Amino acid sequence: MATETAGDLAAPRTRLALLLLLAPALVWLVGLIVLPHIELAVLSLRARVAPRIYEMSLKQYATFVDEPLYWHTFVRTAAMSILATACTLLIAFPAAWYIAKIARGRKKSVLFVLCLIPFWVSETVRTLGWMILLRESGVMPRLLVDLGITPAPVEMLYHDATILVGLVYTSMLFMVVPLVSALESLDDSLIEAAYDLGGNGWSILRQIVVPHAAPGIVAGSIVVFMLAVGNYLTPTLLGGKNSLWFTEQIYTQFITRFNWEQGAAFGFLLLLLSTAIVWLGLTLSGQRFGDVMRRA
Amino acid sequence: MIPTLPRSALARYATAGYVVAFFVFLFLPLAVVTVFAFNNANYPAPPWRGFTLDWFVGGKGRVGLFADAPLLKSIATSVLVAAWVTALSVTVGTANAFLLERARFRGKSAVSLLMLAPLVIPGVILGISILAFASRLAQFVDDSWGIELDFLRPGLPLVVAGQFSYIVSIATLTIAARLKHFDVTLEDAAFNLGASRADVLRTVTLPYLKPALIGAAAISFLMSFENFNTTLMLVGSDPPLTVMMYGRMREGASPVLNAVSLFLMVASALIALVLVRRAEART
Repeated sequence: MATETAGDLAAPRTRLALLLLLAPALVWLVGLIVLPHIELAVLSLRARVAPRIYEMSLKQYATFVDEPLYWHTFVRTAAMSILATACTLLIAFPAAWYIAKIARGRKKSVLFVLCLIPFWVSETVRTLGWMILLRESGVMPRLLVDLGITPAPVEMLYHDATILVGLVYTSMLFMVVPLVSALESLDDSLIEAAYDLGGNGWSILRQIVVPHAAPGIVAGSIVVFMLAVGNYLTPTLLGGKNSLWFTEQIYTQFITRFNWEQGAAFGFLLLLLSTAIVWLGLTLSGQRFGDVMRRA
Repeated sequence: MIPTLPRSALARYATAGYVVAFFVFLFLPLAVVTVFAFNNANYPAPPWRGFTLDWFVGGKGRVGLFADAPLLKSIATSVLVAAWVTALSVTVGTANAFLLERARFRGKSAVSLLMLAPLVIPGVILGISILAFASRLAQFVDDSWGIELDFLRPGLPLVVAGQFSYIVSIATLTIAARLKHFDVTLEDAAFNLGASRADVLRTVTLPYLKPALIGAAAISFLMSFENFNTTLMLVGSDPPLTVMMYGRMREGASPVLNAVSLFLMVASALIALVLVRRAEART
């Protein structure tokens, strides 16, 4: 009788079994990811010269460069997403620190779950909440009048700051969770040692905590940035007509104007931006993509 | 800093104050949505004009959630889409997990990296690329054989495909994480005791994976139900709830939206409960 090792028993034994296992993955990856993106690239690199006749051209990308509205929107989207990521990190860090290092026992797990709850609710609902809070007839302007801070209700929607608040709020979870797990793995005795050796709050943070938590910070920042840059709902609803978000340009070209070539080019530029930031984040912190995604 | 180090009273109060403010920030939008679902006014804004259930059951000429046919239909659409996405994601995700943890083949590292890629592609782009590719396919079939394939035009099948394309990545990660810690000798023992491959899968491996399968299903359902970006690009004439709500929110405000939001919150809380209990059972 042939003896088999455990590894052989556990692994798919025949080529057929392997193929069957591989088939759904290939249909998914090739049919829904690779080929559609190739199609998008092809679309973006062509221009219509006559009805149903197209030729290879960089015209769509040239339009992007020539038309200030388009690249302004692009740069603005990138800048505001970076700002939103930074704000999210700054706001999330102390809260994550409290959950990971100060809260104990039951309080700790309750607080952690409390952080998760708002994000089980649809982004549409969360945005609706902010609209009720901030619109001119809403809760906040009314509160300001009642407190005598403003003489009449002010419109708090449709500002850049409103978009920022919405973006920070909507991706908070994706910063808190990796931060908490990164900070939890930091041994308290390291902080105590640093303190005994004369470190103060700031130097301990800079030399002990941040280097240790860097993987969590990078993972959180990457996810938050991606969510912000690709967001559509929050900028359009909280920013109104002035939001000028790049995903809106893509939607307008693709769905409203039916100019798929231009929309595809915009889509590729957005993909490029988001990939570049992910790559930059990973390179700066010397991490591997797979590890970060598994952590996030 | 940490409790074992001396902290001034001021620092302690400041920390506590910050944490309270942080959670107020997290829950304030949800609280106002809930409160104004019960306000007896035609517009979801202060002041408080008394408690009413009109926005759920209707009355005084108001159309409540339970009588709002388009809204109810969009909820049904969302459930249908989410059910398909969940079934597909968990099935394919399980196959992928075995592929990643058990199989050895050339190009495996490329495949496993590619499986993570959908998570870093903005949802809008997943949507338009699938839209463009499906349209090209439909055109090709039409030109070649004169067959019109409706499911490749914007509509629910494409919405399912679009959502599935990235949700299956998450299902794969969830299931693979548990499969990784499976003790393979358990399967060996079952084989030695005379079980067939199918028996082993059914009585040993799948029961072990069950918590991960339930977790992956809950996450898939929730992510599908809440998806907006990808859905917006692929939607046809019957919008799921998020797209429907977005349209209504652009038109103007009505407390019916608060009512449906409250319904959503309760529903997602129930799903979250499944996940939290699973997490507690594991620790």
